[in-house]
Amino acid sequence: MGDQITKDPSTYLSHLELGEPDKTFLDSNELIINMGPQHPATHGVLRVILKLDGEKVLGTECVIGYLHRGVEKIAENRTYTMFNPYVDRMDYVAAVSNGLGYCEAVEKLLNIEAPPRAQYIRVILTELNRLASHQLWLGTHALDIGAMTPLFYTFRDREEILKIFEKYCGARLTTHSFRIGGCQYETYEGFERDVEKFLDFAPPKIDEYEELLTTNRIWLERTKGVGTISAADCKALGVTGPVLRASGVKWDLRKAQPYAAYSKFDFEIPTGQHGDTYDRYLVRMQEMRQSLRIIRQAVESIPEGPIMAKVPKVMKPPVGEIYHSIEAPKGELGYFIVSDGSTQPYRVRVRPPSFVNLQALDIMVRGQLVADVIAVIGTLDIVLGEVDR
Amino acid sequence: MLDYVTSYLSSNTTPGQAGNVLWVLIYILVVFGAVSVAVMAMNWLERKALAHFQIRLGPMRVGPHGLLQPIADAIKLLTKEDIVPAEADKFVFWIAPLIILCASFTVYIVVPFGPTHAITDLNIGILFMLGVSSLSVLGVVMAGWASNSHYPLIGALRSSAQMVSYEVAMGMTVVSAVLMTSLNKTGTGTLSMIGIVQAQQSQQIWFLFKFFPLGLIAFAIFAIAMVAETNRAPFDLPEAESELTAGFHTEYSGLRWSLFMLGEYAAMIAVSSIAVTLWLGGWLRPFPNTLTGGAWDLVFSLVPGLLFIALAVIAFVGVVRMPKHPYFRIQTIGLAGFGAVLGLIGLILFAPPVRDRIQDIFWFTAKVAGFMYLYIWYRATFPRYRFDQLMKVGWKVLLPIAIGVLILTAVLGVLL
Amino acid sequence: MQPVATTFFFYFLSGLTLASGVLVITRKNPVHSALALIFGLLAQAGLYLMLYAPFVAGVQIILYAGGIMVLFLFVIMLVNLERSQKEEQFNKQWLVGIVAAAALGVLFVLVYMKGADLFPVRMTLPTESNNTQEIGVMLYGQYMFAFEIASLLLLVAIIGAVVMAKKRI
Repeated sequence: MGDQITKDPSTYLSHLELGEPDKTFLDSNELIINMGPQHPATHGVLRVILKLDGEKVLGTECVIGYLHRGVEKIAENRTYTMFNPYVDRMDYVAAVSNGLGYCEAVEKLLNIEAPPRAQYIRVILTELNRLASHQLWLGTHALDIGAMTPLFYTFRDREEILKIFEKYCGARLTTHSFRIGGCQYETYEGFERDVEKFLDFAPPKIDEYEELLTTNRIWLERTKGVGTISAADCKALGVTGPVLRASGVKWDLRKAQPYAAYSKFDFEIPTGQHGDTYDRYLVRMQEMRQSLRIIRQAVESIPEGPIMAKVPKVMKPPVGEIYHSIEAPKGELGYFIVSDGSTQPYRVRVRPPSFVNLQALDIMVRGQLVADVIAVIGTLDIVLGEVDR
Repeated sequence: MLDYVTSYLSSNTTPGQAGNVLWVLIYILVVFGAVSVAVMAMNWLERKALAHFQIRLGPMRVGPHGLLQPIADAIKLLTKEDIVPAEADKFVFWIAPLIILCASFTVYIVVPFGPTHAITDLNIGILFMLGVSSLSVLGVVMAGWASNSHYPLIGALRSSAQMVSYEVAMGMTVVSAVLMTSLNKTGTGTLSMIGIVQAQQSQQIWFLFKFFPLGLIAFAIFAIAMVAETNRAPFDLPEAESELTAGFHTEYSGLRWSLFMLGEYAAMIAVSSIAVTLWLGGWLRPFPNTLTGGAWDLVFSLVPGLLFIALAVIAFVGVVRMPKHPYFRIQTIGLAGFGAVLGLIGLILFAPPVRDRIQDIFWFTAKVAGFMYLYIWYRATFPRYRFDQLMKVGWKVLLPIAIGVLILTAVLGVLL
Repeated sequence: MQPVATTFFFYFLSGLTLASGVLVITRKNPVHSALALIFGLLAQAGLYLMLYAPFVAGVQIILYAGGIMVLFLFVIMLVNLERSQKEEQFNKQWLVGIVAAAALGVLFVLVYMKGADLFPVRMTLPTESNNTQEIGVMLYGQYMFAFEIASLLLLVAIIGAVVMAKKRI
């Protein structure tokens, strides 16, 4: 493993069936380029080896593992409650979703259900986090394509969400907001008021982002037709999330396998038609608006009651296994937990959406130009913490 | 002595045409000094304006509101270690920024700040400007070559291909503007910069509005092509950081890199002054023919003074809003001094003898400053074009429209 | 407008041209040769100015130094260079070369001395300010056919280059 990293990069690609460059009677310019782990546009430590014919991409290979921290192995040596903070660190941008998925998986294993008030709070925080994650995605994606300004706008607006998180659980990014069985903290004084103020503050901002980008001719040229993937390819690779929805498949786990309190809310699933970068952009913008809709419905009707179910002090789930998945901002986030009856899980396997979506990079960039590779990595919305765990 | 100075200032030819070597040298020093100061001011303005577009403040510490930041940057760049890549061609590595600098600064000898306020007035003025600014392409190519590295070479070749492509569209629109100068009684046009503005004055219309919308379209094409010519956003793929090729000036550090930046800003100001001269009436004040009369002349002549007084007021507002902490005392005093200097300049510009003489230079500079702000605005707003889309826009969109505008201008010029 | 220091500038510019010509053929590095050629072309533009032909000087700078030399540099930089830098600078036939150059030089001198009546006599030297107009009138009037043929040739060359490189981005 150690010496494979330093080997000649062309050996990485030799097992792939990549196209051959067009040999005209002038020498074709076949290159193997390494977009190394340190790169301003790979959203983390991702290494992409590209085989190019001139400027056209023939094939790619992603080398991952630079951020591997052995989270799943650590889970085997921690109790279920002790492992809860670790899941935030995987997809650190959307930490609340990670916590939601894990807590719900363990609750299913323990056969308990969080009380309704806790579920509403969970939905509100998760949707706020979806909005924050999409805002970060928009800022960095636009920056990669060259528009510098939306980054600052989205980060400023994201601050409001992070302020709410900080007031609620004390942390902005890796929130550890939920507990197995419900929520630890009661909503603070003024939580509903803050959320409602945010609900009035956010839609004009989203309109501002759309105004800057959606009809901008340069944005359209850079994103329309770039990185297309068909619905069949998505299903074959297991790609989920906005990428799948932009290819035309109306599949959202919040509607298909409702969890938390999502069945009580009325919202739509935006889909695209062509499966190119522009459609993914539109789908995520629409998802932001739908998130606001869900939050508004949730905040208006939070029930009273306890926020924590009756969980035993020492959690020893019965022997068995469970796979529970939720719709994280980036796709289907799944937890497969095997319990052997003791206080520590036997195996926790995380199905990160970015890891599976990253496989689609190869298909999406074949035949495109080098400058599009960066746009496509941005549009897949990967977080390396999740890919490598 | 004073008579000599004042008698020269009210002469009716440029010193180059008069053949007066001493005055030519003085004008050269003044113009080059002014351009250097303008480049530093442009650097400050870019950082502050870009920051305000992005909801942040920009430099605030070095000098009040970052006013001394360009000087700090210059000192830092001058004292940096001069790194020359290992197997680079030393002579070419040394000469590339010099070529860009010389080419960008040499065009200023024909830039007309007024009917007699230019260093000289070549009768091929516009041709000279286009030609010498195209020499900077050579500097770009050589800079990429001399770095002896794969990525700067590709970046330099792309950059120079882009510059050459947009020069063609620029040339076509310039020809259509020059064609409009020949629509006078004698039927001969002129290539001299001062002659073009005088043609606009005698035809009583800025060429922007001539044969509406042809002049406007030609101006728009030139405005887009000049942004691409100077490698600025949204056409700055060859020198963007987040792309694979890192640009032709990657291997340059310290003073050499600052020469590139100096050349780039000077080229921006130079092509903006071409645009101003050809379409926006050069040094003519707004509405020279519809709002005539002594009263209007007086109103327009007060504008420079009022502008500087307004800037001084803004500076004093900034002084009042400075934090009242002892650490900020020097900055407060500095800003107050700066405001006082601006106010003094404004008051001087109200004095009648200065007021009348400064008109031409002021209006020309104000129009060029508007273009500079547009450059910064484009950089903040637009994403980047991909290289093949960039070339497609240059050859398949701008060039046919420019040729069409040229043909239509010629036809209309003959018919009307 | 009175010309200034004509003799000095003539010797300076022609010396620059000659020196750059010598440098072009004696440099090992092709980029240095191209650079020397650029300086020679700019000096030539200066010589055109001295002949009261400012338009030709301007066009020389735009086209020759700013366009054609850029293309030369493109080709030089895209071609594999290590081979050419290891080659011999002067080949073995330098004696024949010197004899041929000397013969050519003698021919030029003879033509200059004896053949002055071979060239058509100019009626008037066009004034400097009319240079552009005169060239325009001649180019689009008298020499229109040659002009169109030349542009057609260039078009054919462009199409040929595009076709040959068609498959690559």
